[in-house]
Amino acid sequence: MSASLETQQTIRSLSDEGYKYGFVTDIESDSAPPGLDEDTVRFISAKKDEPEWLLEWRLAAFRAWREMPEPEWAKVEFPPIDYQAASYYSAPRQQATPKSLDEVDPELLRTYEKLGIPLREREILAGVAVDAVFDSVSVATTFKGQLAELGIIFCSFGEAVKEHPELVKKYLGTVVPQNDNFYAALNSAVFSDGSFAYIPPGVRCPMELSTYFRINARNSGQFERTLLIADKGAYVSYLEGCTAPQRDENQLHAAVVELIAHEDAQIKYSTVQNWYPGDAEGKGGIYNFVTKRGACRGARAKISWTQVETGSAITWKYPSCLLEGDDSVGEFYSVAITNNRQQADTGTKMIHIGRNTSSTIISKGISAGRGQNTYRGLVRVQPRAQGARNYTQCDSLLIGDRCGAHTVPYIEIRNPSAKVEHEATTSKISEDQLFYCRQRGIKDEDALSLIVNGFCKEVLKELPMEFAVEAQKLLAVSLEGSVG
Amino acid sequence: MMLEIKNLHARLADGREILKGVDLSVDDGEVHAIMGPNGSGKSTLAAVLAGRDGYEVTEGSVTYRGRDLFAMPADERAREGVFLAFQYPVEIPGVNNMYFLRAALNAQRRHRGEPELDAGQFLRVVRQKLKLLDIADDLLQRAVNVGFSGGEKKRNEVFQMAVLEPRLAILDETDSGLDIDALRVVARGVNGLRTPDRSIVLITHYKRLLDYIEPDHVHVLQDGRIVQSGGKELAAELERRGYGTFGEQPEVAASA
Ligand SMILES: Nc1ncnc2c1ncn2[C@@H]1O[C@H](COP(=O)(O)OP(=O)(O)OP(=O)(O)O)[C@@H](O)[C@H]1O
Ligand SMILES: [Mg+2]
Repeated sequence: MSASLETQQTIRSLSDEGYKYGFVTDIESDSAPPGLDEDTVRFISAKKDEPEWLLEWRLAAFRAWREMPEPEWAKVEFPPIDYQAASYYSAPRQQATPKSLDEVDPELLRTYEKLGIPLREREILAGVAVDAVFDSVSVATTFKGQLAELGIIFCSFGEAVKEHPELVKKYLGTVVPQNDNFYAALNSAVFSDGSFAYIPPGVRCPMELSTYFRINARNSGQFERTLLIADKGAYVSYLEGCTAPQRDENQLHAAVVELIAHEDAQIKYSTVQNWYPGDAEGKGGIYNFVTKRGACRGARAKISWTQVETGSAITWKYPSCLLEGDDSVGEFYSVAITNNRQQADTGTKMIHIGRNTSSTIISKGISAGRGQNTYRGLVRVQPRAQGARNYTQCDSLLIGDRCGAHTVPYIEIRNPSAKVEHEATTSKISEDQLFYCRQRGIKDEDALSLIVNGFCKEVLKELPMEFAVEAQKLLAVSLEGSVG
Repeated sequence: MMLEIKNLHARLADGREILKGVDLSVDDGEVHAIMGPNGSGKSTLAAVLAGRDGYEVTEGSVTYRGRDLFAMPADERAREGVFLAFQYPVEIPGVNNMYFLRAALNAQRRHRGEPELDAGQFLRVVRQKLKLLDIADDLLQRAVNVGFSGGEKKRNEVFQMAVLEPRLAILDETDSGLDIDALRVVARGVNGLRTPDRSIVLITHYKRLLDYIEPDHVHVLQDGRIVQSGGKELAAELERRGYGTFGEQPEVAASA
């Protein structure tokens, strides 16, 4: 009989709906000509009216990058990228820094509305301050005034360089050095904008801070930098979302995120990554090669990464924690979905440096279609990290039999007192579960998303409310066409 | 007529025929009991009726409330009022029992053109049914069937039936593994759901259940066929004599 065929067909027909954010905004933009050399770096820096020290910092990164080989160890395959073919700067043509939303091009505001991120004050998302980054530049930041009353700085990176150079200078590159890796070096040379936040000592940020990244221009990469500092005893929850138009060619997204948590500070960083994944045959889609790292600088600092990775043709991403302060805590909660021809090589690094540091890693990998999903994680306990503890749980769910799941844990223990636990499971989506749901009247695609959401529960519950709902829907959309 | 099964043949993917010509008619409001030895095809019949994957219907027809049952996919059959209480209820980790049941009820309500229930409204519907089946509130907050005891799983099935209010309920060994008190509770639950427009098919090995839920008809399914039908006294006879005697009936033996 043909129940599974039926399932397949229902879901196929649904997949016509496809990627919802694939539209292009028709807007005039300033772009750098394709190619990358020192002049490109100078061009970008000049466009942004940057101080000399930052230009020098970029140039140092560029020189390092030129000497670096592209990493090849990840379990992902793609044709060589021609770094000279891309354009490294694209900005919507408008006044340099809009003073208010009235000065922002209405076409841009409409774009964000379409994406479900209204930026106009009256429609603004309650309790979420948004920095909207369009191609290379930040176009608007909401709730700035309200945050400033608490001494919280939340602005675009470019603005931070101008208004708070001492903070930027003090922290930039201290967690992810310019020459950290190939993509981070590239980013350091050509980054265009991004978000900056500073939470002063003892302040609990009263709302979610959020950056919404949008790639629009063709043939351009996006290289943004986020720098987030929680001073002593501060708390902040930060959200990051992203989408891109549907295009046939691959586009590179190489971002760098640096987090610094001082003594007793806490940073919660959540990502819902929904870059265009390419079509069913693997044409197009974003290469998401991102370096994210947080440093727990002081005692009892805590950094939590939560990510839901549903988009991108290729994901190469390892949000990590440097647990420097004694009793500091690192957490990594991840859901990564690969469908069709998507590839994901993602995981984390927990580097235990201080005493009694602890880390938790919960990774849920879901593979469907011909998707390839790799968890790659490092737990390193340094000699000084007396009493370090780690718990790692990696679960993989396979939908269909042409996809793959791989778990690659690296464990390096240099202190005998460390307690490290690793659990891993791989399972196929169960026909019994699907049938049980269907027998209660739940449609195939809803049954699938119900089961997958259940599988991801431990991670989804870490997301802020507004995002959790969005993430659940996204999981369903990402799995379209995957049962059969 | 609620359900009319005619000469139903079904086989497994490997070609082995399990149902070898089942005939059964269930009228509105009737309770039918199906008994029969292990492996005779009782659960297979239930699975084929519910639309489970992995069985091929090679012959015969099933009409459900005037419609060709096999023309509907499994989930549509459910929304049209066919309910199966599973012999082995499935665990769904991470999915809240209440959330699951509300998703199911709302899917069915949408299908009938009725407004969906929000969490609060749903809770009100559910509260009284919980009491009916003596189910603790906390069972609702746990993941579907995960860590439920055998008895809790069975009670949860009947609870789902009570909430979904199907037209045709097939209960596959819902009495197995229940202690005597739980059996009474489940029977009370099922009896409470007996209405003139709801039919129930009870698959069971034990006359005991039929003492609590009195059937209108009892059938013996053996080797993929209904070999004997009668009133509730048939259950008592079976208990005395076992299935062996039916198997020895010449026409059954000949075709085996
Ligand atoms: N999906 C399946 N795959 C393989 N064999 C199956 C499947 N479904 C049923 N069978 C086989 O079909 C036969 C009938 O099984 P079924 O579960 O219908 O019996 P039953 O009458 O319900 O038995 P019990 O009283 O033990 O529950 C058995 O031999 C069983 O192994
Ligand atoms: Mg059975």
